[in-house]
Amino acid sequence: MKPALMRYEAPETVEGAVALLAGASGEARVLAGGTDLLVQMRADVVDPALIVDIKRIAETRRVTEERGGWRIGAAVTGAELKEHPRLKQEWPGVVEAANLIGSTQIQGRATLGGNLCNGSPAADSVPALVAAGAVATLAGPQGRRDLAVEDVMLAPRTLALRKGEIVLSFVLPPRPPRSSDAYLRFIPRTEMDIAVVGAGVSLTVDEAGTITAARVSLGAVAPRVLLVPEAAEAIVGSRLDRAAQDRLEAAARAACRPIDDKRGTTEFRIEVAGVLARRAALIALDRARTR
Amino acid sequence: MAKHHIEATVNGDAVEFLCETEDTLLDVLRDTLHLTGSKEGCASGDCGACSVMLEGRLVCACLVLGCEIGGCRVETIEGMATGETLHPLQRKFLEHAALQCGICTPGFLVASRALLEKNPNPTETEIRYWLAGNLCRCTGYDKIVSAVQDAAVALRKA
Repeated sequence: MKPALMRYEAPETVEGAVALLAGASGEARVLAGGTDLLVQMRADVVDPALIVDIKRIAETRRVTEERGGWRIGAAVTGAELKEHPRLKQEWPGVVEAANLIGSTQIQGRATLGGNLCNGSPAADSVPALVAAGAVATLAGPQGRRDLAVEDVMLAPRTLALRKGEIVLSFVLPPRPPRSSDAYLRFIPRTEMDIAVVGAGVSLTVDEAGTITAARVSLGAVAPRVLLVPEAAEAIVGSRLDRAAQDRLEAAARAACRPIDDKRGTTEFRIEVAGVLARRAALIALDRARTR
Repeated sequence: MAKHHIEATVNGDAVEFLCETEDTLLDVLRDTLHLTGSKEGCASGDCGACSVMLEGRLVCACLVLGCEIGGCRVETIEGMATGETLHPLQRKFLEHAALQCGICTPGFLVASRALLEKNPNPTETEIRYWLAGNLCRCTGYDKIVSAVQDAAVALRKA
């Protein structure tokens, strides 16, 4: 008997996509940019009975201002984020993180929604979104709900999404004056590799240069991207002097629970997590002061 | 389930084809439309040999499904020369001997054209970063970078 054929649907409405996914009997996959899904299909890692392409749903493909912040569609590509006239000024860390994913060709397809829902703890855009305080808007059979980005992924390849639910868009909150962010990752080469460690920092400073709010996140050092409140607390109230940097490094390292593999040992990842958190904080601070 | 019936525009020509869900745009271009200039190197988005323009955006044809391109504009290496007249990038690749086996060349040309249309005067660093998703195991890249720089000069004068 011939194997069952793979069904492809490209609904134009959210309700259409949700109904297809909710009613699927076999394995169903959401297709955004396809830069992970097609590779996994080719490698026989996944063999879905149904593919639901969400790119024809208008709200997954646009960037809009919303209540002083931004709403970014889940299927907006890295290249489109980079070309956006204002997003990069307000959220340079988010845009630079998205633009670290793959080559120019990959940038033309890869999306924030796909990077999150691929379910890798090393996804580059996710720590930046977590540091930014981004919230994912999900749509499912019971309607819509919002979920903090750090709560969307539970473990490698495991998401908090219920059957029939999709990530539609992300909301970046309004930016107070003198706020900025940064994302850094370590890879053993200059381009196109999977993060051994990633660190995102978003912060706000007052007119005197004292940090009044911060969020710190780490990627690839635990089964999922971590929000590290202790690392943020370590620098809030400071001007990121050397003592505050030391506290930040220590807090970041204390949060790490990394694997030990050919790309990096446990000790190396923990060490680098502290270094990257400190450097990302210094970059974010410098950017915030000049805004 | 029946095959997908897709209508699109390839190099300015209206095309229609039938494909299965798992057929990539690269499969469709090469096997159905017989446009074999786009090459399959890795089939996983790592090598760039299948680089094409989709709706004006540089992509790997191996990472797009044929059924995704309904109503879209695709441009391939076959659309680069004008009749018998080579595009300046094609001429400069020949002059600089920026190819040996040639498998990566269509992808490099399509990707380089996309760069020069966006940035007519790129630095060497910008060229190398832009082309980082195109792999060449013959040239060592220096001749390719020189050819792109020289083509950029020619195009700016044109």
